[in-house]
Amino acid sequence: MYKIIIENLSIQYSDGTESLRNISLNIRDKAVTVLFGPAGGGKSTLLRCLNRLNDLTEVSNSSGRVLIDGENILDPKTDVIALRRKVGMVFARPVVLPLSIRGNLTYGLELAGETRRSVLDEAVERSLKLAAIWDEVHDRLDDPAIALSGGQQQRICLARVLALQPEIILLDEPTSGLDPISTGKVEAALIELKKEYTVILVPHSVQQAGRTADHAAFFLQGELVEYDEGKKLFTAPKEKRTEDYITGRFG
Amino acid sequence: MEKSLNWREFIITRLIKASGYSAILFVALIFFFLVREGLPTLGEVELKSLTGTRWYPIEDYFGILPLITGSLIITIGAGLIAVPFGIGTAVYISEIAPRWVREILKPLVELLGGLPSVVLGFLGILVLSPFLRVFLDLPTGLTALAGSILLGAISVPTVVSVAEDALDSVPRSYREGAWALGATRWQTIWRVTLPAARSGVLTAVMLGVGRSIGETMTVMMVTGNAPVLAVKLGSIFSPVRTMTATIAAEMGEVANGSTHYHVLFFIGMVLFLISLAVNIAASSVVFRARKRAERILS
Repeated sequence: MYKIIIENLSIQYSDGTESLRNISLNIRDKAVTVLFGPAGGGKSTLLRCLNRLNDLTEVSNSSGRVLIDGENILDPKTDVIALRRKVGMVFARPVVLPLSIRGNLTYGLELAGETRRSVLDEAVERSLKLAAIWDEVHDRLDDPAIALSGGQQQRICLARVLALQPEIILLDEPTSGLDPISTGKVEAALIELKKEYTVILVPHSVQQAGRTADHAAFFLQGELVEYDEGKKLFTAPKEKRTEDYITGRFG
Repeated sequence: MEKSLNWREFIITRLIKASGYSAILFVALIFFFLVREGLPTLGEVELKSLTGTRWYPIEDYFGILPLITGSLIITIGAGLIAVPFGIGTAVYISEIAPRWVREILKPLVELLGGLPSVVLGFLGILVLSPFLRVFLDLPTGLTALAGSILLGAISVPTVVSVAEDALDSVPRSYREGAWALGATRWQTIWRVTLPAARSGVLTAVMLGVGRSIGETMTVMMVTGNAPVLAVKLGSIFSPVRTMTATIAAEMGEVANGSTHYHVLFFIGMVLFLISLAVNIAASSVVFRARKRAERILS
């Protein structure tokens, strides 16, 4: 039911700025949960917490627990590498690796030690289809991935994550640099994905949040203001601050 | 008002242009001088003698082969030391070291790069070669090995600082992308960061090699300067003499315009051609990589 349970999570960066303040949030399995709000609200920080990418930045202080399938992933004993395979991430700017399209997709699997050609080929096809880009690239898998357009690259990045068969997919403004058509394709892929995966999305606009959210959490300056079903939150928010933001009065 | 601005623009552009061309002009003049003084060799010394294995100018033996092999063996040895150490250090500084270590190490390495080579040669004579003699039980410590080690030490800072800059300019997002896919730190370095920085790393290697092939003072002090043909693997443990050391040692004692004088310039030409070849090889590799990237990006 709940895939991720966040309990009293606070994070402080080492330059003294507080990024998350006492967040408690339960995230459902097989649904799109949207984290939205103005810049600097801590959305990305929270995402990066879920796959421990924050380990590599200057975080001085964190407290609270993050349970994924009942295990506290903030525990220092957590196998971070395995966690990151289970919790995939797509970034704001598409980061294709300087490899071929196929190379990008098999990269994570190869890192995990998979060498069987048939398994790799199967994963390439399956994940490209899931990310809705198979039709556009299936006849040129050995071309360099950098040659693709921005929207295609972003879907390659999504496919690359899917190739690892994660359980949770984090997306940090995945469509911020894309044109409306590519954005539509990515969003359509997300709707398809939530049948099998837990999807957590930081959208790049309130409109996108409204379009995609099953559940939505509104963040303001490190604080979780409101968390509800998407339909309720975007039509009848309980909090004044949420209403102001989604009706465009600030932010 | 506008007119004076135009004039200023005109003069500044011309000045920049002139300084750009002058750099090319100077190289061309140097090359011309080298050829003018070196080319007569081919008329004065038989090709057979020139490609011989004996360098004994007083008796008109001008075999430059031992000198070329001497230079090559030392350069290769230095490269074998400098490249892994240099790249390793660069990777450590840029990818692994915590910030405070980086802030100490980086200036330290650059300081090392400013060390005069004669000082290193001094250390080589007093410390390194006696140590090698005793440790490896050799008749003399002044060998190609000593030269290679010192030249390696000289080129390490060059390799480190250029390679480190290249690694540092790899976007952080590349690394995060790899980490997010479950790559370990080492996998990220080996399969993402280094390949992404490869043209810069290659430049670093080439600059390091260039630095060691042209180095004179240190090798003159520690390699023993015996013009012996170095073709066996064991030659690394015997004294050798490099092209640079030969020119430096003998140019002062040679009669202007004599055959010996011309041969020394001829050696200079050969040296010039070798480093030219190294540079062309390097830049063609880098260029090919870049052209590919540009084609892809366009």
